[in-house]
Amino acid sequence: MDRIRVLVAKPGLDGHDRGAKVIARALRDAGMEVIYTGLRQTPEMIVNAALQEDVQVIGLSILSGAHNAIVPRVMELLREKGMDDVLVTVGGIIPDEDARELKKLGVAAVFQPGASLEEIVDFIRSSVKQTA
Amino acid sequence: MKLMAKLTSTTVEPVRKTLSGIPVKPVYGPEDTSGLELPQPGEFPYTRGIHESMYRGKLWTMRQFSGFATPEETNRRFRYLLSQGQTGLSVAFDLPTLMGYDADHATSEGEVGKCGVSISSLEDMEILFREIPLGDVTVSMTINSPAPVIWAMYLAVAEKQGVDWTRVSGTLQNDILKEYIAQKEYIFPPRPSMRLVTDVIEYSTQRVPRFNPISISGYHIREAGSTAVQELAFTLRDGIEYVDWGIERGLPVDAFAPRLSFFFNSHNDFFEEIAKYRAARKIWAEVMRDRYGAQDERSWKLRTHAQTAGCSLTWQQPYNNIVRTTLQALAAVLGGTQSLHTNSLDEAYALPSEHAVTIALRTQQVLAYESGVPAVPDPLGGSYFVESLTQEMEQRANDYIRRIDEMGGMIPAIERGFPQTEIANASYEYQHEIETGEQKIVGVNAFVERNEEPIELLQIDETAQQHQLEKLARLKSRRDNHIVRKSLDDLRRAAEGRENTMPFILDAVRAYATLGEICDAFRGVFGAYTETSVI
Repeated sequence: MDRIRVLVAKPGLDGHDRGAKVIARALRDAGMEVIYTGLRQTPEMIVNAALQEDVQVIGLSILSGAHNAIVPRVMELLREKGMDDVLVTVGGIIPDEDARELKKLGVAAVFQPGASLEEIVDFIRSSVKQTA
Repeated sequence: MKLMAKLTSTTVEPVRKTLSGIPVKPVYGPEDTSGLELPQPGEFPYTRGIHESMYRGKLWTMRQFSGFATPEETNRRFRYLLSQGQTGLSVAFDLPTLMGYDADHATSEGEVGKCGVSISSLEDMEILFREIPLGDVTVSMTINSPAPVIWAMYLAVAEKQGVDWTRVSGTLQNDILKEYIAQKEYIFPPRPSMRLVTDVIEYSTQRVPRFNPISISGYHIREAGSTAVQELAFTLRDGIEYVDWGIERGLPVDAFAPRLSFFFNSHNDFFEEIAKYRAARKIWAEVMRDRYGAQDERSWKLRTHAQTAGCSLTWQQPYNNIVRTTLQALAAVLGGTQSLHTNSLDEAYALPSEHAVTIALRTQQVLAYESGVPAVPDPLGGSYFVESLTQEMEQRANDYIRRIDEMGGMIPAIERGFPQTEIANASYEYQHEIETGEQKIVGVNAFVERNEEPIELLQIDETAQQHQLEKLARLKSRRDNHIVRKSLDDLRRAAEGRENTMPFILDAVRAYATLGEICDAFRGVFGAYTETSVI
């Protein structure tokens, strides 16, 4: 079976990359192909990278509180480009209320502080398998 | 139901190493401190504290980091904190401000006022300090890449309040090296950034002598996932880099070294944290005296602010965070800090609510006035275990400092990704230990409860961005744009040359040139920095 390809992305001005880097390594250690965008990516840059790298999953890491401005834009661009099949997950400091709204937009999962690496790896594996 | 909550773990495992990986023996005795010389508090190398009487003479400054939404709202929070007995202010800026963008820049969308207060111009700064007398209150400002601009705005507000700059006191973080290493809020490449840092140090030495022009910070290095040893080593090595640049600029070391200040984290491993503060003072005193030949004993004394570890606080069972913060605050006090921020219980959720921040401040007040801890300087001095850990921290930090010296200093080390990689490895290892349960976190991987009650959170007013945009538009149409353009042209020329840029920034700020306009002028000359990401 082909390895799952994941884009780990840091949108917005937020420079807190500890979580994104730990997740990137954990997914890689779990056998996935991981592309890390680095900091300060616009939604356009992220979606273009996802297209070029042909990923099945985009993991957005946002700790600045700007998720309500950024995530809807990413979802919209994915739809415009016909990339609805890409699984989008969001991690960071996301209040419950906002997490519910993001899921309505099509975000597959929101991982809040304290989520375990195992939980995230398992979620991505099982979700990608279902859609394959 | 809470009482019926299933405990996932009840076994107690012995702790065998510190969070930095220093092995811990079952018991310590005289053999662990043989040959140790331990001068009194207030005596070189200040392992036991920089003052003879420590908190008996003067308590630490209780300084809660605070800022959100508009300058108007943060000004209200500041005045509330001062009315509750807080003794100094500490400003948190939002991400656009930290990155040198105005509220109306495209990339500021959604970020205005979220992580701190939004400041685009001198007008915002005037509102932020309305009715706060800058001659009496000391203010700490957490700003790095745009630090010279924000500091110029602060000095201009003091001018308008009629306060002489020689009376103005406070601290500017202005520590760009740890931005490349850990926090990643940089704008320009390292060398022009270091020139701006040095401009501030030089200008403060000459014109604002009571101001701390830099706060050399380990806090963010630790929050990015470093160990205590790495935090200690990288911070002190950053300090050495700043001293080198000051001397290169032609400043005598004793002219500026007494105003260098530090900022450390206070994390979970209680005794290791105390040892870290003690080792920091010893290493710095010896570096300043022996490496630089500083003569003034104020140059030898490492003065520090401390903040409890935000990254240690949990989303699960948030009230436990009060307990963690109390222990961490106690470690910082036993370590001899000069000022302290205690985190709020809701740190893992949002910026703190007024209720949460009040408990955090009360935690310090209980330590200061009820616990009896401040009565004696360095009460753990002479403890076999703490002295042994202090020596171990010192040795391990000095090993790192030597390695970075061999790389040619901190800038080449950063360029080859050395501290960044060390931190990424440490943070992954720590997370791995939490995953395997080797490192227990109460409420996260041990003693887990289901169905926790939600806590009340601060809601950032979504109208903050609109308010800031309208104010900025009015300012831009009201000010004399001819003077603004001229001041920015002058600034650009100064940046291209070798002069100190501070007088030019001050002129631009006084003309109400915005933060974004001034940083754009610098971007035009210095270029922007992009890192090569290490994972």
